[in-house]
Amino acid sequence: MRKLLITVAALLAVHAAFLVLSPRGTEAVGDADATRVGIVLDVGGRGDKSFNDGAYEGADSASRQLGADVRFIEPGEGADREAGLRLLAAEGMDLVMGIGFIFTDDLTVLSREYPNSRFAGVDFAVATDDSGNVIPPPPNVAALKFREEEGSFLVGALAALVGGSKRIGFIGGMDIPLIHKFEAGYRAGAKHVCPDCTVIAQYAGVTPEAFTDPGRGKELALAQYQSGVNVIFHAAGATGGGLFEAARATGKLAIGVDADQAAEAPGRVLTSMIKGVNAAVYDAIARVDAGTFKGGVYSFGLAEGGVGYVYDDNNRALIPEAAHQRVEQLKADIIAGRIKVPSTR
Amino acid sequence: MNESLLRRAEEALLPPIVALLIALILGDVLILLFGESPLHVYGRMIEGAWGNPYGFAQVLYKTTTLTFAGLGIALALRAGLFNIGAEAQLAAGAFGAAVMGIILPAATPALLAVPLCLLAAAAVGFLTGGLPGVLKTKFGAHEVIVTIMLNFVILALLNWVIVEHLRVADTLHTAEIRAGAVPRLSEFIPAFHGSAANVTFLFAMAAAVWCWWYLFRTPGGYALRAAGLQPEAAEYSGIRVGRVWMKAMALAGVLAALGGTNFVLGYKHYYEDGFTGGSGFLAIAVAIVGRNHPFGVVLAAFFFATLSQGGLAIHALVPKQMVEVLQGVVILAMAASVPEVQRAIRGARKAVAA
Repeated sequence: MRKLLITVAALLAVHAAFLVLSPRGTEAVGDADATRVGIVLDVGGRGDKSFNDGAYEGADSASRQLGADVRFIEPGEGADREAGLRLLAAEGMDLVMGIGFIFTDDLTVLSREYPNSRFAGVDFAVATDDSGNVIPPPPNVAALKFREEEGSFLVGALAALVGGSKRIGFIGGMDIPLIHKFEAGYRAGAKHVCPDCTVIAQYAGVTPEAFTDPGRGKELALAQYQSGVNVIFHAAGATGGGLFEAARATGKLAIGVDADQAAEAPGRVLTSMIKGVNAAVYDAIARVDAGTFKGGVYSFGLAEGGVGYVYDDNNRALIPEAAHQRVEQLKADIIAGRIKVPSTR
Repeated sequence: MNESLLRRAEEALLPPIVALLIALILGDVLILLFGESPLHVYGRMIEGAWGNPYGFAQVLYKTTTLTFAGLGIALALRAGLFNIGAEAQLAAGAFGAAVMGIILPAATPALLAVPLCLLAAAAVGFLTGGLPGVLKTKFGAHEVIVTIMLNFVILALLNWVIVEHLRVADTLHTAEIRAGAVPRLSEFIPAFHGSAANVTFLFAMAAAVWCWWYLFRTPGGYALRAAGLQPEAAEYSGIRVGRVWMKAMALAGVLAALGGTNFVLGYKHYYEDGFTGGSGFLAIAVAIVGRNHPFGVVLAAFFFATLSQGGLAIHALVPKQMVEVLQGVVILAMAASVPEVQRAIRGARKAVAA
């Protein structure tokens, strides 16, 4: 017994010694009047190469360019979302953000309890009443929404113009309305420039795992390529990794999503449909920083630069100038309202 | 008498303390590697969990789920069975309670509605836990494999039901229950304002007391422990081990499923896909660190709830993964050191006697 007590004492001493250690630089806290921002990420957390990483990137550039002081929380179980938001709101952050539609309820509750704090939600689900009118979010909440269908329209048109086949492929992740927006826009874009083209749309599954299954993605992609498809667009998260593998193996073309995915299959990525979560997050922080933040619905589409497609040195060789001109024209038409892009199938 | 009690207390408490200290020191090293001061990080962790009423109430909320699920696992372990299915049992129980709460008319008095919702959760848990028990007894299917696979089956099934049929548009959750909601603790203790902690915490404590009574004060509990310690011997002494196993797994399912009511009846008032976030797996650690004793489970649940809530508070200083590493180290240290340290105690005592 004594031996054990001695062990305890020795361990305590070591621990105490560590406790007083303090690496230099930890006391360096940002300046007092910096804009303080708290962000609660979606359960997936950092490293998803899409949503959460996009939010992180936007906040990171805000802290570098605007000097904002940003804190991140990654929740574990369901109750941690509200707890994370609450911790940040209670600390008097200038702006508290929730990344993902799943924060909608939590943000609504918190914004009522902290009417003097500012909140923002990426993909915040805005409710509609029985007659279909939008119920605005609470006055201190900014709902940051994207018109993914507009960007998808452009890459759909590009796929039809460049693919050299009447069959055009789409691979979705989880079969949900959010992903249907990508499919609807893509389909409309392809049909717009090539009315007799067929769009083959397949989904990887009905569970969240449908976003993390590259094996399934490759299977679907290979089958589509074999059926005469030359270009496939994916909106399937990590499942899309299988598409790029299939594109490398067959030498056919793939279209990336959310971020520029050219590096996934060099030379085989026709373009990527960009969803600018980073720009939206940066924008919200910049508004707070400039004192112009207002609640309400913020919709990011082509006009706002919230969505778009990649055209740079990596893929210029894949896209004939005429096709590029045509897509640019379509982009201008959408921005001017001459083309209405559907958001449902 | 008094001395032996002291000795028992030392024997029970010193090994976990050693393990905890080892984990803390490893944590020190990790935190220093991240360029932070351990005092600052640990201080903030304690402050976030116990330093204010809200944080403490959140700890109680997390304790509730972990206690129920941990009891379910500990009870099965006492019968010699490893129940890995608590994650799905939590979700299934929550779903059962939510469906009952939605079906019941809004005017149902709470005294009737709450027991009905609990009963619905328990019934679902009875099935999800009982099935592996039956398969084990009747067909010799290993309960570890069955419960792991059932996790996939049940969670995927629930996901499909929610996504395709029951969800409110643009969300991943069902409609709100109309009856069966239990009050939050903040209604009695205003300082807990905003916290999710609710009356199901008291249910969890009652469940722990009941488990203790059942395990150590009833013939059924005796048979359960005997079946776990030495099934052949138990069988020989007239205990029908197969039946005990089925009962133990069904009970384990009921307990874990009741943990789901913490979220549905006490917090959000709807079932949300994926709300468990791994609590059912963390509960395995709770049962082991709590050494399969109902009161040990409560303490371990409180401890892990503290780590989890404190972990939220230190996100700005160190990444989430660091908190998870720390949790892992604690589990490892506790689980690995306990028998060794006990042997050391015995050795030391022999040396003193000699």
